[in-house]
Amino acid sequence: MTVRARNHIATFLKYVVLIAVGFVMIYPLLWMIGATFKTNNEIFSGIGIFPKNPTLQGYIDALNNYGGDIDILRSMINTYSYVIPKVLFTVISSLVTAYGFGRFNFKGKNFFFALMLCMLFLPQVVLNVPQYLLFNNFGWVDSQWYAALIIPTLFATESYFIFMLVQFMRGVPRDLDEAAQIDGCNSFQTLCKVIAPMLSPALISVALFQFMWSSNDFMGPLLYVKTPQRYPAALFVKLSMDADSGFAWNRVLAVSVISILPSLIVFFLAQNKFVDGISAGSVKG
Amino acid sequence: MKTSAPAGALNSKKTLVDVLKSNIGFFYILPWLIGFLVFKLYPFGSSLIYSFSDFNLHKGITEWGLMNYQEAFTSSKITTALSTTFKYAFITVPLKLAFALFIAYILNFKIKGVNFFRTAYYIPSILGGSVAISVLWKAIFRDEGLVNTALGFFGIEGPSWLSDPGYALFIICFLRVWQFGSAMVIFLAALKAIPEDLYEAATIDGASKWKQFFSITLPLLTPVIFYNLITQICQAFQEFNGPYIITQGGPRNSTTLISLLVYNYGFKQNDFGMASALAWIMFIIVLVFTAAAFLSQKYWVYYGDEGK
Repeated sequence: MTVRARNHIATFLKYVVLIAVGFVMIYPLLWMIGATFKTNNEIFSGIGIFPKNPTLQGYIDALNNYGGDIDILRSMINTYSYVIPKVLFTVISSLVTAYGFGRFNFKGKNFFFALMLCMLFLPQVVLNVPQYLLFNNFGWVDSQWYAALIIPTLFATESYFIFMLVQFMRGVPRDLDEAAQIDGCNSFQTLCKVIAPMLSPALISVALFQFMWSSNDFMGPLLYVKTPQRYPAALFVKLSMDADSGFAWNRVLAVSVISILPSLIVFFLAQNKFVDGISAGSVKG
Repeated sequence: MKTSAPAGALNSKKTLVDVLKSNIGFFYILPWLIGFLVFKLYPFGSSLIYSFSDFNLHKGITEWGLMNYQEAFTSSKITTALSTTFKYAFITVPLKLAFALFIAYILNFKIKGVNFFRTAYYIPSILGGSVAISVLWKAIFRDEGLVNTALGFFGIEGPSWLSDPGYALFIICFLRVWQFGSAMVIFLAALKAIPEDLYEAATIDGASKWKQFFSITLPLLTPVIFYNLITQICQAFQEFNGPYIITQGGPRNSTTLISLLVYNYGFKQNDFGMASALAWIMFIIVLVFTAAAFLSQKYWVYYGDEGK
C-alpha cells in the first residue's frame, strides 16, 4: 500500500469517527426539536427528525396555562429576572477582585489568592445546608426578588471567573496602567478606563458562562424558590414533565425547547467567546 | 514597604496613609473576602459542627456525637449510595477525558469544517445541565422511547433502560459523558499551542505518528489533562440534576448518588445533622482524590522549563 493510499484511508477514518460521534451528539437535539412539531402519536412511532404532518399543537399546548399560577412565559420572565442581575453583578465583582489580585501587592495577597483558588475545589453540596439556614435567617428564602440567588454574586463567589480574569489580565501590559497613572488616574479610574476596556472580551466570556450556568441552574431555585408564581423555567419544566409524561410528550418537549431557546440563541451568536474563555482559564496558567 | 516600619516611629500619621496606600489592592478584594467569610467559610465550618449533632429544623439540637457518621457507615442505604457515587465517578471521569482527548486529537489535524464539528461537540456541554436535556434523556430512554423504537426496527426488544437497576446508572453516566465538549475545547486549545516544529523534527528523525503522540503530544498535554481531571472529579462527585430529574434516584436506589441523599436528608426530612455529615464525607472523598492527583503530579505532569 502506498503512503498516499494510507493517508487517504487515515483521513477517511478520521471523518468517519467525527461524523459518527457528532451524530450521537447532535441527533438527540435535532430529534427533540422535530418532535415538538409532531403529533403525540407520531413522536415515538419512528425515529426520524421531520414530522409527517407538522403541527403546532405542542407549542399551543405549551403556551397554554396549566391551570396553576404559572405558565412557561411567566417562568421564563422569572428566570431572566434573576439571571440578568446575576450576570451583571458577577462580572463587576469578579473584575474588581481580579484587579486586586492581578495588579497589586499587599500583605497576605498570596495567602488570599491560594484560598480563592481552593474554593474552586470546594463542593457546593457541603455548603448547601448551612447556606440555606443562613439565607433563611436573612429572610432570603423564597424572597420576592430572588435574594438568595442574586446577592452572593455581588461578592465574587465564583472563583473560576476571578481566576480566568486574572489570567487574562496578565496579558494586559502594565505600561498602560502606568501611563494612565501619569495622566492622573487613580487606581479605580485606571480599572474603569484602561483595564476594563482591555479585558472586555474576557468580561463577555464571564458574562456568557454565568448566563448559561444561571439559566441552567436547578439546585438554586429548587432550594430557594418556593412559590409557584415565582418558579423559573428550570422548575417549571420539571413540573410539567412530572405532570405530563406518558401523555403529552409533544407539549413537554415543546416546553423544554422553549426553555432553552434563549441559551441556544446566545450560544450561536457568541460561540467563539465561549471557546476563548474556557481555553484561557486553563491553558494560559 | 520595609522602610515604613522605622519611619512609623517618627510619624505615625503618615505611615497609616502609606500602609493604606501600599495595601490598596486589599480593598479591591474586600468584597470577595466578605463573600468568602459569609458564604463559604462560615457555612463550611458550621456544616462540620452540625455533622456531629442531630440538628433538625423544627426540633433544634438535642444530641451531640458521632451518631451520624456511625449511621452513615452502617446503613446500607448510605453505603450503597457511596459505592454508586464511586461507580459514577469512575465510569464518567475517564470516559469523558478519553473522548475529549481523542476527538480533540482528531480535530487538530487539518480537518475541513473543524469549526462546525467543534460547535456540534460543544453544544451538549452548554445545554447538558439544563432540565430540558434531562427531559430529553427521559424521552430517549423511556420504555417506548427513541432508542427502543430504533431497536424495534431491527427486531430487538430493548430493555427498560430507566426502570432496570442494571441499566439506569449507565444512562445517567451517558448523560455526563455526552457533555465531553468543554473538556475537548480545552484539549484542543492546548494541542494548538504545541509548536509545529517539534513534530517536524520528530518526523525528520523518523518517529512514527504513534511515537510522536506518546513522546510529544501526551507529555505536553499533561498539565491540561491534570486540570481537566481535577475539575471533572469535583463535578462528578457532585452530580445531582441527572439522577434527581430523570430517575429520582431509582429504580431500587440504583442511581441514588450521595448528593441526592444530602438533599433528601437535609431538605425533605429536615435532618440537617445527617445531611451535613454526608456532605462532609463527600468532601473528604473529593479532597482525597484531589490531593492524590496533586501529589502524583510530579510523577506524570510535565511543566516545560518554566517550572509552573
